[in-house]
Amino acid sequence: MKIHEYQGKQVLAKYGVPVPKGYPAFTVDEAEAAAKRLSSETGNQLVVVKAQIHAGGRGKGGGVKVAKGGAAEARQLSEKILGMQLVTHQTGPEGTKVRRLYIEQGLEMAQELYLGAVIDRDARRIAFMASTEGGMEIETVAAETPEKILTVHVDPVNGLMPYQSRELAFGLGLMKYGKETVAKFVRLMASLYRAVLEEDCSMLEINPLVVLKNGDVMALDAKISFDDNAEFRHKSWAELQDKDEEDPVELEAKDAGLNYVSLDGNVGCLVNGAGLAMATMDIIKHAGEKHGVAPANFLDVGGGATQEQVTKAFSMILKSPKVKAIFVNIFGGIMKCDVIANGVVAAAKELGLKVPLVVRLEGTNVELGRKILNESGLAIQAASTMADGAQKIVDAVTKGGAGK
Amino acid sequence: MSILVGKDTKLLVQGITGGAGSFHAKQMIEYGTNVVGGVTPTRGGEKFEGKVPVFDTVSQAVKATGANASVIFVPPPGAADAILEAFDAGVELVICITEGIPVVDMLGVRRVLEAAQAEARASGAKIPRLVGPNCPGVITPGECKIGIMPGHIHKKGNIGVVSRSGTLTYEAVGQLTALGIGQSTCVGIGGDPVNGMDFVDVLELFQADPDTHGVIMIGEIGGGAEERGAEFIRTKMTKPVAGFIAGTTAPPGKRMGHAGAIISGGKGTAAAKIAALEAAGAKVAPTPSDMASTLKSMMS
Repeated sequence: MKIHEYQGKQVLAKYGVPVPKGYPAFTVDEAEAAAKRLSSETGNQLVVVKAQIHAGGRGKGGGVKVAKGGAAEARQLSEKILGMQLVTHQTGPEGTKVRRLYIEQGLEMAQELYLGAVIDRDARRIAFMASTEGGMEIETVAAETPEKILTVHVDPVNGLMPYQSRELAFGLGLMKYGKETVAKFVRLMASLYRAVLEEDCSMLEINPLVVLKNGDVMALDAKISFDDNAEFRHKSWAELQDKDEEDPVELEAKDAGLNYVSLDGNVGCLVNGAGLAMATMDIIKHAGEKHGVAPANFLDVGGGATQEQVTKAFSMILKSPKVKAIFVNIFGGIMKCDVIANGVVAAAKELGLKVPLVVRLEGTNVELGRKILNESGLAIQAASTMADGAQKIVDAVTKGGAGK
Repeated sequence: MSILVGKDTKLLVQGITGGAGSFHAKQMIEYGTNVVGGVTPTRGGEKFEGKVPVFDTVSQAVKATGANASVIFVPPPGAADAILEAFDAGVELVICITEGIPVVDMLGVRRVLEAAQAEARASGAKIPRLVGPNCPGVITPGECKIGIMPGHIHKKGNIGVVSRSGTLTYEAVGQLTALGIGQSTCVGIGGDPVNGMDFVDVLELFQADPDTHGVIMIGEIGGGAEERGAEFIRTKMTKPVAGFIAGTTAPPGKRMGHAGAIISGGKGTAAAKIAALEAAGAKVAPTPSDMASTLKSMMS
């Protein structure tokens, strides 16, 4: 789960990470009021108006502007940014609508740095990465000048040690600002590590981390993703979630306990198990690529789904206007084939089945599942294998003249 | 022979009185697995199904039963604790079925496990192993089933299967059995980003097992485990390996069901994994329907 920059900064501030003063704003009036308040608090007319969307690259897309003339100018900028379709390299060409702003104090910067924390899957450790190339995408730095990225891995028994933070500080050349700056950086790192652990962050990126002209270090940006598996111990996450940033169908699926990802194609898929669900997408594309046939979704109903969940899942596929055919592919383990069959039949009876349906059932209670489908009176094409099913799907879409 | 589990496996079930634990404990007993005890804190002294003793702690259970393996059905908040309890009690093989354990918890588990493994290697003791979490388990057909896989689709034989995905393992096993080809052992290593046994660890055991003649390895997008497996195949493996990688059509940046199945920063794509396997001499099945036939074509 991702959160906005201003929320990320609130989380970091809780752990003692220095962040600039700022206030979120949902309307132009709120933005102007925030700018006024900031100017009086800091004695500085300079404020920054920042679009709050989950995607990165906001500055380059025109979503971050500096107002030198105080609240009036901040208002004008806010009018432009709030409501715009912000297009960045992470949003796709359609962009994301800006619904929230963050009004932040302007600062006198000496240098921009990069600082990030990730779970390094290969090392099985939390890794901190730092670079002097602040403001750049870290993937670009990693590809072009990997020697400019400094990395330390944290032993979970001892936690992040001060020497590791000092290594990064000296490696970044922070001594040129004096030993106070090095000490401030080490303190900031300790706070960050606590935040990563206690908040269950799967990714935390501060780009840029800035050194101010007075030698302070401060998080000028904050990008945080939480580990969804840890949701059970973070009640506060529910408030941080911005549903406008999520795909509505994926949200609906999540609420029903289903794993769903929207895709661009025209074949609805209902599968049990993540691996099999991905493989089902792959085989549809493999069989149908030349004919404009591709998966419309990834849907894993999981191992322990109830008949109600299966009904819900199948209903979601039936309601999608882009779906021209449906492939149900089940290899029952814990999941029993009769539960799937009953769910499919219940949803089809309620909503009507207007597109071809191909079903491949295998595994636990397969005979019972097939019997339920056969006796349902629905027009179902049975498939013997995944390949057979994929071919039947391609035939159904192309010969049915359902178009693309 | 086989790897990891067999006739000599004496199994504990942690979480035996819970919904999933009790259901699958029954299924495992029915399959013929030697379930010697269960563990549910505060339920010690009870008998599961009238015969399997339940203990409060893993330590008590191991002392009383001589168990050498444990399977975990404990829900995510307590799962890492359950894994560590099992290792601390001296259990050699821990198989964690639980899905949804926070990754930070698994970092701690890995750290303890790695230290214990290093110590065992240095002293020549049996190396403690973790399979999973978020996995279907391990089965040696006809001998021992630990986990949640449907037992009846398996057939005793000489092909090893190792996979990050549960249902895709069943798919491969179903294809093998349909071709009349049996399996030595099938290992689900799980779909989480930080887990226990990796492809390399399992391939190493299959390579050393005289009764395993070939291997099907099933990977998916995310991480670098397949690439490390490919490197092992290239340098150490003499037995034929057929592979499949799920997620060729998966969009980047999206978690595809499994916590570990995500392409991030352009890394962990199916294309890169397929290329690594092919360069290592493995044959990658063009579709998931061809996993068994691809391996068959390599066996002479």
